[in-house]
Amino acid sequence: MHIVDRRLNPGSKSLENRQRFLRRAKALVQGAVKKSSQDRDIKDVLEGGEVTIPLDGMDEPRFRREGGTRDMVLPGNKKFVEGDWLQRPNQSGAKGSGAGEGDSEDAFRFVLSREEFVDLFLDDLELPDLAKRKLAQTESEGIQRAGYATSGSPANISISRTVSRALARRVALRRPRKDEIEALEEELAACEDETRRAELLALLEALRAKAKRIPFIDPIDIRYRRFETVPKPVAQAVMFCLMDVSGSMSEHMKDLAKRFYMLLYVFLKRRYKHVEIVFIRHTDRAEEVDEDTFFHGPASGGTLVSSALVAMNDIVRTRFRPADWNIYAAQASDGDNMTSDSGLTGHLLTDKILPVCQFFAYLEVGEAANYTFDMPDSSLWTLYERLRNDGAPLSMRKVSERGEIFPVFQDLFKRRTTSQERV
Amino acid sequence: MGSSGERLFEGADWDFQTLQRIHDACEQVARKELGLDVYPNQIEVITAEQMLDAYSSVGMPLFYKHWSFGKQFAFQEASYRKGLMGLAYEIVINSSPCISYLMEENTATMQTLVIAHAAFGHNHFFKNNYLFKQWTDADGILDYLEFAKGYIAACEDRHGRETVERTLDAAHALMSHGVDRYPGKKTLDLRAEEKRAGERRQHEESVFNDLWRTVPNIKAKSKATLTAERRRALLGLPQENILYFLEKTAPRLAPWQRELIRIVRHIAQYFYPQGQTKVMNEGTATYVHYRIMSRLHQQGRLTDGNFLEFLQSHTNVVFQPEFDDRRYSGFNPYALGFAMMQDIERIVKNPEDEDRDWFPDIAGKGDVEGVLREIWSNYRDESFINQFLSPALIRRFRMFHLHDDPAESQGIKVDAIHDERGYRRVRRELARQYDVGFVDANIEVMDVDLDGDRRLMLRHTTVKGAQLNETDTRRVLQHLADLWSYDVALTEVDGTDKVLKEYVVSPRAAAVAA
Repeated sequence: MHIVDRRLNPGSKSLENRQRFLRRAKALVQGAVKKSSQDRDIKDVLEGGEVTIPLDGMDEPRFRREGGTRDMVLPGNKKFVEGDWLQRPNQSGAKGSGAGEGDSEDAFRFVLSREEFVDLFLDDLELPDLAKRKLAQTESEGIQRAGYATSGSPANISISRTVSRALARRVALRRPRKDEIEALEEELAACEDETRRAELLALLEALRAKAKRIPFIDPIDIRYRRFETVPKPVAQAVMFCLMDVSGSMSEHMKDLAKRFYMLLYVFLKRRYKHVEIVFIRHTDRAEEVDEDTFFHGPASGGTLVSSALVAMNDIVRTRFRPADWNIYAAQASDGDNMTSDSGLTGHLLTDKILPVCQFFAYLEVGEAANYTFDMPDSSLWTLYERLRNDGAPLSMRKVSERGEIFPVFQDLFKRRTTSQERV
Repeated sequence: MGSSGERLFEGADWDFQTLQRIHDACEQVARKELGLDVYPNQIEVITAEQMLDAYSSVGMPLFYKHWSFGKQFAFQEASYRKGLMGLAYEIVINSSPCISYLMEENTATMQTLVIAHAAFGHNHFFKNNYLFKQWTDADGILDYLEFAKGYIAACEDRHGRETVERTLDAAHALMSHGVDRYPGKKTLDLRAEEKRAGERRQHEESVFNDLWRTVPNIKAKSKATLTAERRRALLGLPQENILYFLEKTAPRLAPWQRELIRIVRHIAQYFYPQGQTKVMNEGTATYVHYRIMSRLHQQGRLTDGNFLEFLQSHTNVVFQPEFDDRRYSGFNPYALGFAMMQDIERIVKNPEDEDRDWFPDIAGKGDVEGVLREIWSNYRDESFINQFLSPALIRRFRMFHLHDDPAESQGIKVDAIHDERGYRRVRRELARQYDVGFVDANIEVMDVDLDGDRRLMLRHTTVKGAQLNETDTRRVLQHLADLWSYDVALTEVDGTDKVLKEYVVSPRAAAVAA
């Protein structure tokens, strides 16, 4: 008999097959990724995770027979006798349970790694080029402490760690302590009795030999500080999501906004190691809320855009020093604002917000298949347009369909790079 | 080797020495008491993930790359993670040496069970059953798979992954119709196959001369002289091995595509006996592990605790849910096979009068191991059940036979039950469920219209009115047409040659054969 330990060469055979499968199922998986990112929170999008794809989308057909008369032998007869007639399973009932079972067979869930997930997510959106360029610009190598090692350069010896290990070893091996030996020596000096002396001498000899065998510091005690190079993000980023939640904002509009924020988040996450998100929703007054409330919380009331800007400005002042943070903001609104608010809004934007922001996008969301965009521009749009014409670095777009989100996103970022060059 | 009575291990932990000890102890019982004759054993310890891996490439240690195995893996991994499916304790490969995979998570008791089950039970069955002897080449399979893997990878480099994938997809779709059901002139010799493939390739390369391309085509001789009968004889028609037919006669396949089809065909043929001997194979292995484990316990080499742990797994494995149980999904081959083996043991040792009537040849014969070995060698599921399912067992399982005729408005008829009148009919029907000739659709290549549009004509002879599923059939025929490069027609006929349905499928524009 021959025993082989295969655990040692894991060389997963399935990896290549799995990749082939993903490649082949790409369209399906991408659809699934898109769908699953719809139902998720912004931060979860990056986590990868389970997607469900239909099994028959990847079918491998075989000649299969069905119908006809069937004969079957079954176990577990309880009460039937020959010649009995059994009710056929109720047609509709059978269908129902059949469909239930079929479901679990026809579709299956599987887990995508984070990388696979984001790649598929972004690939669909054709973002990678953009992301890569940004990534290359901002990452740099840094050095970070990474525990201790048993080998290294003498300059990196960690004395405290070495000494404490030596101590532990000495205690464990019962190395005679110095005062123990000294005590014996004193006793020996004072001792008169010959037999006792010999005894003490032998004891002392043994202790000294032991102390020699177990050195104070042994090479195995020595620990070196270990360093690791890590990609170091140039800085951290904070992303402000400003949304108008007044009654006129429908679920569809919020969904559009959410998708935009999601993209922005994924994008920033690739660029910065640390990304914070601040959700600010406003009616005629603004408040900072969590994601769930932001997108789903009921709120209604008038509209005062400046309130959100004030809130953002306060948060920046108190928590995110512009010197340390890259600040991004995206504002989503249906464009309605009180005319009397225009002056304040313009002032806040140009004097307070825009100077500290890397990027400020205004997203005007509309109903699907709605013709509002043929109508005159909204009050907010008109205002922002004017500011932009005066030279403010504002990015603005109108969106009414889900499919437009990505092109708009890409467009905005293209503009941003040119304006960056200009600024 | 320790003397009997010495414990094989304590507790649940094991190491390689333990495995060796376990193996030796099992071998003692297997060879001396059961008289088993096995291939040399190779035991491989793997992780759960590797077990999943092995599952998804039909249990083989090396297999070519294909997306469908990735799909299998994703599917199985998902159900494993969800807890829908436990992993099998073992996978065993019909090769010489016989390879058994053991999962590292198993306890020492489980490893003993697996070694007894796979390394002796299955191993003996593989080596001695006539179907495996006839159809599989245990010495050659691993080398052949290695060759197949390398060959397919080389094809991908040369001809592009997609082209290779299309050919393989098409071949896979026809895999179940790529076996010879009846032994032909020779047994499979995979090593020679592999050598010949290499020679064919070399020959092609050596005789390739670009000049021949420029020679004008000579007008073909008149085909009128070729009678239809003669032509069909030349083509070896009718032919039920569709893959074989394609490999030999498809007009526009490249040589490497023929080789791929050949590989898929050989692999299908290699697995063909496994499908026909599920009940027997699992029954044998389960019976063998049960005997070995009980013996080891008797000898005091397993503690009572270990033995109880074994009994629990064993009971789970041979559990047969009844037909109205939610867990029911047909007969459990372990349960049926094991029950039949034990039943045969009973008949040989302590037969009742009924058994003497039914099994005059073996009842009371006394030599349990000899009788079983002889059965293991010479039967497959269908003949085994037809021969050895006893009335006692039919009663124990409370088997009954249902006849469902869609035309019958009264419902489903209980045709026979476990009583005097029913035994033979229940047994015959159950055996028939395991008859491959009956389970697979009977599809044959009938003819090729060589004078006309080269249409390939197939026929499906229906049994008991069961026709082919239309969607799937169209898809399979599409694959077939792509390989054949011309139209493919399939006719479904009933027993009296009445045509029930006709399919005609044309090859796709970007056919497999470029």
